[in-house]
Amino acid sequence: MTVEELAAKYGYKIATGSNENLKNDVSGVYACDLLSHAMAKVNSGDAWVTVHTNLNVVAVASLTDAACVIIPENIEIEQATLEKAVEKGVVFLSTSKSAAHICHEVLSALEKGL
Amino acid sequence: MNNTVIVRDYIIPADDFALAGEASSSVRKILTQLGVAPDIIKRTSIAMYEAEINAVIHGHGGKAHVEIDENKIFIRISDEGPGIADLELAMQEGYSTAPDSVREMGFGAGMGLSNMKKHSDILNIDTEVNRGTIVDITVFFNKP
Ligand SMILES: Nc1ncnc2c1ncn2[C@@H]1O[C@H](COP(=O)(O)OP(=O)(O)OP(=O)(O)O)[C@@H](O)[C@H]1O
Ligand SMILES: [Mg+2]
Repeated sequence: MTVEELAAKYGYKIATGSNENLKNDVSGVYACDLLSHAMAKVNSGDAWVTVHTNLNVVAVASLTDAACVIIPENIEIEQATLEKAVEKGVVFLSTSKSAAHICHEVLSALEKGL
Repeated sequence: MNNTVIVRDYIIPADDFALAGEASSSVRKILTQLGVAPDIIKRTSIAMYEAEINAVIHGHGGKAHVEIDENKIFIRISDEGPGIADLELAMQEGYSTAPDSVREMGFGAGMGLSNMKKHSDILNIDTEVNRGTIVDITVFFNKP
């Protein structure tokens, strides 16, 4: 399942616009708001769910090779973050759903082998 | 890869989160181009990013020096910040003096130094109060 397919399936908004990394394959999901936990635990291909929208999220997502970042509860994403994300090819998705709800959705899509 | 040693130097600006992680990101790119195994790249990225971000947050900025040869990558992150008074305490998971301003960004779990320890093959920290901190990280490409 690509990031684009995941976003379409659950109605997540694509905050970073069109970019080739929408074709990234999503192979897992990880949720944590502590950056050094995320740094150590986000696996390549994970969708990372976090409430943080600062510049460091881009650095961590890029260094861990996350498939995308998903921001819950319609939290507004800082403009500088979106700009850096586009520059680094990191996809940000956004939704009104909670982090737990997002994890459930991504996991069930993966379990169904999508 | 032949015996050529790749050397890189980076400036790590203080409190600049637009640039924090750039040195690690650049090194990651080099290792990827060299065809280094993904798990080795991952460990190097984790260890180097944690040292880099500590220099940004705690060390008033500093610099990174990187040497890559056919067997290993050596990374030295140095700053002339406040130093660490009790290194053994600082190494403990959960210990952090991070101010609220950086905790709000997601730092301050007190996990950085233990991440460095876990993900490097050799970690050497030389620190002195009011002088600064030098973090030396070595990751081997092929485990003996
Ligand atoms: N370069 C440094 N200069 C001065 N103090 C440092 C430096 N690096 C670490 N420290 C001290 O060691 C503590 C622990 O560092 P560590 O990286 O483990 O956690 P943290 O940076 O506080 O939080 P986290 O890395 O989980 O976001 C810091 O809070 C700080 O007091
Ligand atoms: Mg740290």
